[in-house]
Amino acid sequence: MNLHEYQAKALFARYGIAVPEGRLATSAEQARAMAKEIGGDKFVVKAQVHAGGRGKVGGVKLVEGFDAVEEAARKMIGTRLVTKQTDAKGLPVNSVWVEKPSAIARELYVSALVDRSLERIIFMCSPEGGMDIEEVAEKHPEKIKAITVHPAAGLQPFQCRELAFFMDLTKDQAEQFTKTLLGIYKIIIECDASMVEINPMIVTKEGNIFTLDAKLNFDENALYRQKAIAEQRDLSQEDERERTAQQFDLNYVSLDGNIGCMVNGAGLAMATMDIVKLHGGAPANFLDVGGGATTERVTNAFKLITSAPDVKAIFVNIFGGIVRCDLIAEGIIEATKQVGLKIPVVARLQGTNMEKGRELLEKSGLKITPVSDLTEAAKTVVALAKG
Amino acid sequence: MSILVNKNTKLICQGFTGKQGTFHSEQCIAYGTQMVGGVSPGKGGSKHLNLPVFNTAHDAVKATGADASMIYVPAPGAAEAILEAADAGIKIIVCITEGIPVNDMVKVKATLRADYPDAILIGPNCPGIITPGECKIGIMPGHIHKPGKIGVVSRSGTLTYETVHQTTANGLGQSTCVGIGGDPVRGMGFIDVIRLFEADPATEGIIMVGEIGGASEEEAAAYIKTSVKKPVVAYIAGVTAPAGKRMGHAGAIVSGGKGTADEKFAALEAAGVKTVRSPADLGAAMLSLLK
Repeated sequence: MNLHEYQAKALFARYGIAVPEGRLATSAEQARAMAKEIGGDKFVVKAQVHAGGRGKVGGVKLVEGFDAVEEAARKMIGTRLVTKQTDAKGLPVNSVWVEKPSAIARELYVSALVDRSLERIIFMCSPEGGMDIEEVAEKHPEKIKAITVHPAAGLQPFQCRELAFFMDLTKDQAEQFTKTLLGIYKIIIECDASMVEINPMIVTKEGNIFTLDAKLNFDENALYRQKAIAEQRDLSQEDERERTAQQFDLNYVSLDGNIGCMVNGAGLAMATMDIVKLHGGAPANFLDVGGGATTERVTNAFKLITSAPDVKAIFVNIFGGIVRCDLIAEGIIEATKQVGLKIPVVARLQGTNMEKGRELLEKSGLKITPVSDLTEAAKTVVALAKG
Repeated sequence: MSILVNKNTKLICQGFTGKQGTFHSEQCIAYGTQMVGGVSPGKGGSKHLNLPVFNTAHDAVKATGADASMIYVPAPGAAEAILEAADAGIKIIVCITEGIPVNDMVKVKATLRADYPDAILIGPNCPGIITPGECKIGIMPGHIHKPGKIGVVSRSGTLTYETVHQTTANGLGQSTCVGIGGDPVRGMGFIDVIRLFEADPATEGIIMVGEIGGASEEEAAAYIKTSVKKPVVAYIAGVTAPAGKRMGHAGAIVSGGKGTADEKFAALEAAGVKTVRSPADLGAAMLSLLK
């Protein structure tokens, strides 16, 4: 789960991390009022969407005067912002963040996440802030330094100083930097953040350290104990079908193709997409219907799959281990009737009671083709989708 | 022969009297696994599925001599259950539970490494481990397996079943199958399991099923290149997965351009591993290598 910039900055401030002064506005008039509250004559107006690359497409404006703030906010709020990180439809801008501009002397990069090989939290930094860090890693690996946190000891100030002096910060700045990093570590531990990326972290002309832009991800597995974070979820920034899937407790990801996939198990669901592609088709989605593929779940899954307008055929691939194939077949038949499915379904049921499941599907009189071989099933559904 | 578990393995279940624990314990007993009891705090002294229930893992180990545990405790208490099993002296800890926060697993792994170096953790978020005909620990359907010569190691449950199904159908059978789980921080990794398969005389070939996210397949490729002589067939799920999206498993995500299926295929091929682009070809590929 992601947070907006304004939410991240509020969280940072709560953990003692220095952020530039700013206010949130949901209308152009309010943006003007907020600018007045902040004071001064120059402001940055930033569209609040869950995507990077805003600056390049007019989502971040440096303006002078209250009129200009209002004008900039009016052009953003109510529109959809398309950046290199969004799809072609972009994301809705429902609010803007009005901020006091900072006089930037230097831009730094800092991030923290769990390193999967080390199985520990690492902090990474680079004096090349504001740049694409993957590019820095590739071209100038010597400009990136990382430290590893022992989970029992927690992040130690000496480790922060090591990073600070690597980036040539002064003693005073190193102290501010250490405070910032300790704050980030606390957010990771206390709020179950899975990734914090500050790019850029800046040194102002006055010599102070500020967090200018930040990306925060939270561990979905931990949201049950992070109510305050979970409440900040902005559903308007998420794919509509993925949102519905969440309500149905289904694992779903939208894709561009025309073959809907319904599978049990995440690995098999990915593999099913791959095999569709391998045989010349294009998957419309990832969908893991989970272990308990009941009629209700299958019905919801079918509704979800067919709500994508391009879907021409559905590939059901279930390896019934614990779930019995006859029960799944009943679920598919019932769901097909309930949804009033018009498009063809290819169902590959494998495992416990598969013969019984096949028989039920064949006798149903519906447009469901049972196929037991995986390759054969993929070829069949690709052919059906082509019409 | 086999790896890690066999007919002598004595199993307890943590979260024994819950719905999942009950159902899957029944299945394991029916398969022939030597189950000796279970743990459900507060229900010690009672019987469940005709087996003794204990308040703590310590009590269970003391009374039954159990050396393996399978965990169905819900996510908020599962990390703690792993440590309880380790503290009780359990050697093989199989955690089926899905949804454990990664911060909890970081602590668990650091603790296991420091204080319980002999404990072997499988999972979490995994189907478990099975030595066909001898011992099933987990949620996999027992009847699709067949005692034989292929070692299977996989990050995905249903893809493991797919592999098992194919190697049963073509007569190869399986020595042991290990589902290492779909989480980013987990117990045994590919290398740990492959090392055991390489040393196991009953295992003649190894099938590894990976997926996008992380670098464990690349690390395994480097290990296979230097240390594995047995034939290895590999498949990686998620060629079509979009970057930045979590594909069901917490660990299955391409981030920062890293952890793509293509990179993993390339690393494995460079290590001399026979890769297949379709999961339907795993069994046939192994059969051709062993001929």
